[in-house]
Amino acid sequence: MSSIGTGYDLDVSEYSPEGKLFQVEYAHKAVESSGTAVGICCRDGVVLAVENIVTSKLYETNCNRRVFHIDRHIGMAASGLLPDARAVARHAREEAADYRQSHGEPMPLSELASRVSNLMHAYTMYSAVRPFGCGVLLAAFENGRPQLYGVEPSGVYYSYHGYAIGKAKQNARTEIEKLKLAELSAANGVKEAAKIIYSCHDEVKDKYFELDLSLTSAETAGRHVIVTGEQWTEASNYAKAALEEHDSDDDV
Amino acid sequence: MLADWTQQEVLTGTTIMAVEYNGGVVIGADSRTSSGTYVTNRTQDKLTPLTEYIYCCRSGSAADTQAIADHVRYYLDFSRISQGREPTVRYAAHVMQSILYNNRDNLSAAVIVAGWDEVNGGQVYCIPLGGLLVRQPMAAGGSGSTYIWGHLDAQFKPGMTDTECQEFVAKSVSLAIKRDGSSGGVCRLAVINRRRRTTAHYHARRFAKVVRWLN
Repeated sequence: MSSIGTGYDLDVSEYSPEGKLFQVEYAHKAVESSGTAVGICCRDGVVLAVENIVTSKLYETNCNRRVFHIDRHIGMAASGLLPDARAVARHAREEAADYRQSHGEPMPLSELASRVSNLMHAYTMYSAVRPFGCGVLLAAFENGRPQLYGVEPSGVYYSYHGYAIGKAKQNARTEIEKLKLAELSAANGVKEAAKIIYSCHDEVKDKYFELDLSLTSAETAGRHVIVTGEQWTEASNYAKAALEEHDSDDDV
Repeated sequence: MLADWTQQEVLTGTTIMAVEYNGGVVIGADSRTSSGTYVTNRTQDKLTPLTEYIYCCRSGSAADTQAIADHVRYYLDFSRISQGREPTVRYAAHVMQSILYNNRDNLSAAVIVAGWDEVNGGQVYCIPLGGLLVRQPMAAGGSGSTYIWGHLDAQFKPGMTDTECQEFVAKSVSLAIKRDGSSGGVCRLAVINRRRRTTAHYHARRFAKVVRWLN
């Protein structure tokens, strides 16, 4: 269980005696109590998938996607507070568009990840603001290489082959490690990502969720594409079938 | 009583040229800077490095182009540090263009940005007065270029080797020097590719070659 930060957790600009910033740790908790987001670098592309937990059947489907276009070639998946994720997406979009205009070429993902990280970190330094309560996965397929960066509420970021954040991140990361990413095509990666989301979804606690999927690959010519229609249905069915198989194994 | 030329701005009435080949670019320029009818510098180097792999050929006001080149060099240095790789020629040309376009009313400068990068190989970008940016396989500028456009159009062919490009540029700049009073001195030549930048100077009259290697 987490240590109580009594007295040292009122301000993000205050350290605790052990050298922790409790507000940042609480921001991580916001991410951990939200639906899982998964990113996978396949042989020829990157897949993003999010377990978008929906709390009411009254919502229109896909009204609050958790996968965002940042630029034509960059996509973002978010776990945590959705309004915070939207703010990060807005900043990221401005940075990417600015870069395109001043450089005459699309922004490299490594640069964008660095800027997003600087932004999220900046909000951990002043008492007038609070840290972002979201973690983001940034994906692009640049010059034939798939790239995935994960940025956390503290601002720390790494480049990953595959990563997961959110509720079931441990289970999801274990599942990702089982995949042979170097051989996996992006088209199959979409199905595998869906399968991971379904298998990590807790049926009891969160009844209803939407699967947000996106793909940036050689097939999409480097464009970030939200997966819908047939491809989405195929992935979703593959995931559900795998789940049933697994469940029926359990019965034995 | 001061002579006319002391009151006049220093211009690089010039011939500058750049040609792409498969694997790099060849750039060339004359070496005359004039102030009215007085030649202030007969050995001027108008081929100015922006980075190790990207050069610009300068024409128009010498002061304007030198100051702008310094600015562009600053942006590119910063970019190299923050991105951890050499800037692309396209970015260099874009930075140059944004300065030239946004200050077009106060500047008299036309440049050719040419160089090599890993992404797209040898590239030549022409930025004439006003700040238009266009990539071309071959570009020429300065007052001397007007005298050789016919020659360039007739002699240029795509897919030349670097040696053929060097001869082409040396000959063309020398011909312009012959006819344009504002161009003179030697033809400075540089080849920019993945491995090295080499420079050579050709004397316009005799095409005598003095070769100096950089690094």
